[in-house]
Amino acid sequence: MSQFLMPSLGADMESAILMEWMVKEGDTVTKGQVIAEVETSKGVIEIEVFEDGIVEKLLVEPETECAVGMPLAIIKAGADNTLKAMKKIETQTIVKHNADTSKIEPDKQKKIIEAKEDNIEQEERIKISPVARKRAQELGVDITKLDSKKDVIHLSQIEALGTIKVKAPEAAEKKEETKERDGMRQAIAAAMSRSNTEIPHYYLSTSINMTPALEYLKELNKKRSIEERILPIAMLVRAVVLALKEVPELNGFWQENGHRMSKEIHPGIAIALRKGGLITPALLDAQNMDMYSTMEFLSDLITRTRLGKLRSSEMTKQTITITNLGDLGVESVYGVIYPPQLAIIGFGAIVNAPWAEGDALCVRKVMQATLAGDHRATDGRIGAQFLDKINKFLQNPQELL
Amino acid sequence: MTKDEIKSAIIKEILEIAPDIEESEIENDKNIQRSLEIDSFDFLKILTAMNAQVGIEVPEADYSQVDTVEHMVEYFLKRLE
Amino acid sequence: MDNTTTYREAVREAIRKAMTENESVFLMGEDVGHYGGCYAVSMGLLDEFGAQRIIDTPLSESSFTGAGIGAALNGMRPIVEIMTVNFSLLALDQIMNNAATLLHMSGGQLNVPLVIRMATGGGKQLAAQHSHSLEGWFAHIPGLKVLTPATVQDAYDMVGLALADPDPVLIFENALLYNSKGSIDTQGTPVPIGKALIHKAGKDISIFTYGISLFKALEAAEALAKDGIDVEVIDLRSLRPLDDETVMNSVKKTHKVIIVDEGWKSGSISAEIMARINEQAFYELDAPMARVCTVEVPLPYAKHLEDAALPQPQKIVDTARTMMGK
Repeated sequence: MSQFLMPSLGADMESAILMEWMVKEGDTVTKGQVIAEVETSKGVIEIEVFEDGIVEKLLVEPETECAVGMPLAIIKAGADNTLKAMKKIETQTIVKHNADTSKIEPDKQKKIIEAKEDNIEQEERIKISPVARKRAQELGVDITKLDSKKDVIHLSQIEALGTIKVKAPEAAEKKEETKERDGMRQAIAAAMSRSNTEIPHYYLSTSINMTPALEYLKELNKKRSIEERILPIAMLVRAVVLALKEVPELNGFWQENGHRMSKEIHPGIAIALRKGGLITPALLDAQNMDMYSTMEFLSDLITRTRLGKLRSSEMTKQTITITNLGDLGVESVYGVIYPPQLAIIGFGAIVNAPWAEGDALCVRKVMQATLAGDHRATDGRIGAQFLDKINKFLQNPQELL
Repeated sequence: MTKDEIKSAIIKEILEIAPDIEESEIENDKNIQRSLEIDSFDFLKILTAMNAQVGIEVPEADYSQVDTVEHMVEYFLKRLE
Repeated sequence: MDNTTTYREAVREAIRKAMTENESVFLMGEDVGHYGGCYAVSMGLLDEFGAQRIIDTPLSESSFTGAGIGAALNGMRPIVEIMTVNFSLLALDQIMNNAATLLHMSGGQLNVPLVIRMATGGGKQLAAQHSHSLEGWFAHIPGLKVLTPATVQDAYDMVGLALADPDPVLIFENALLYNSKGSIDTQGTPVPIGKALIHKAGKDISIFTYGISLFKALEAAEALAKDGIDVEVIDLRSLRPLDDETVMNSVKKTHKVIIVDEGWKSGSISAEIMARINEQAFYELDAPMARVCTVEVPLPYAKHLEDAALPQPQKIVDTARTMMGK
């Protein structure tokens, strides 16, 4: 049995409003299932359960504002855990049985309770000093993102992380919409300030001849209906994912204990909102996609972002960020890394530009690809290899399929 | 479909796909993507939706002919005749 | 008037002043008259005030403490001197069962305005029957006030504060402090009973202490400052009542706590302070609280063993460094 807590959907979140339960008491749930919708400064997000089990009790009524870490529901462990617990009870009861036969029934009940509690104990506990925990809540620092295996988390670590206090503005007389966007603005402010304070960025940039890739795409799209048409951004995301497979050092996190690479590639796609602000939902498990499914999932992700219908895992699992301001006409983007990620890739506009091919000067579709890397984790050499791989794939677009 | 019908269909799709845009912001002779901050995804959605209405697919090569509302209306009108 | 004097002279001067100003004040205890006091605090007072007011008593702590209680009940303001805290145990029945309880048992009719002064603490190679710090024990008892002057100023002020109090007050003078020097202001208003004093402000760690350990803590603070550890040193001054407000405010500032106490750890005043911080300021703590106390043995006679058993500045420094992860 365990409590399902309001998850932190980003280091900058303090609380969210539980909008709707998607399950009811007694329902069987499986790991990853969406069980509720919550509203945050980033829109409505579907939150997922982390284990298999049965919803024993819903603790919070819809439309309640809940702080991060507040228990929302009690999930009874699934069949496997129950079996384990039962086994434990049996062995314990047998020992007791020999000692005292008359008390077996009440004793068994007691053991059941104990066994249930054992299950809770097994969950990993974060060691953090009382004042550090309090301050983390005030600053909106997500302590589950800190590495606590090595040592106890102290106040100084929290203060170093949360240099800017995130607080929702006084809402009373403001319009709902304005409040939401202010919240997002402050959340972005906190994350970006933290990034600039903590992360020593290095920047690399390269010009990529996009003509071969665009020509290839044109031919490909000729054979496809308008619904199936593939956009250059899908190709660029695909190139990033393939390049990350070869240069995995840029995909992952910088945490207390240092550089941690991620096997899964969850690129966060920066999506600007027309009325201001920015969301970077993750294209989950992009390493398992081909170019067609990349386009399909990307399209779905962007649609859901616009509708404010993202899942909690999409808000929290990003391993790297891709930002593409090409549609707005800028040529180069020098990004600010979203902590604790290791890098951000920027794509600029694809423009006609003079290009030397051999000894001849010609006009080609040219795009600037930039990389901002965390110098604590990687050096320019790794960044250079990565941009070179992207270039290589875009010159050989058939490999992107 | 008349010219006006095509135009109102285009505007309706833009407003549907980008609900935060006000109708008054849409100007006939301005580049749709740039002036309304419509990205390549949303632009493709507009063309897809128009295809469903008028049955005409705009190939990528013709994107320069549908850059403004005015041009897009002419483009479809010409092909419908 | 501002002048430099010793702790011993400060206590003597305070007694002299009280006896001069108030006829009902008198001093009694073992060897306080002709010998001038075991620690020479009352030297010369017999000549000045006579044997009626500076009274040498038999070696019976229970009887002369009891006599003091009787005198207090009858309107006198006795100061009873007990040679060391170890011997005060012989008078524990009088202190606890009579002095501390009579106001309560008489339904508020009988105040016992008794002052008991006694020497406390180790460090003089007086071994296991003369060297302990039991003031924390007395702080357990409702009905008593327990004062622990560390500075020369407090040595002077606390005699007057204790005499002014309508109820029994115990003053614990650390014997090693009698020769310490400092300036006293005899005209100013004393800091009241129950108020702790911040001797050195700091932001990294709060050290709560009293008596002679105050100076060990200040010495440690100086050494720690060189490591960049900014320690706040607070003299509790009074163990009963404890100044919770000053303690908690300091915890809220530094979030880290060391308690330095010459008593033993188990069931002690240091344990009480930790318990109160836990009750009142748990969410302000950034590290487990630590204590530097006397090793839990009867205090040894041999100099090197006695030094090893007592709290020392270096132990405080080491504890603070560990706490800061340095």
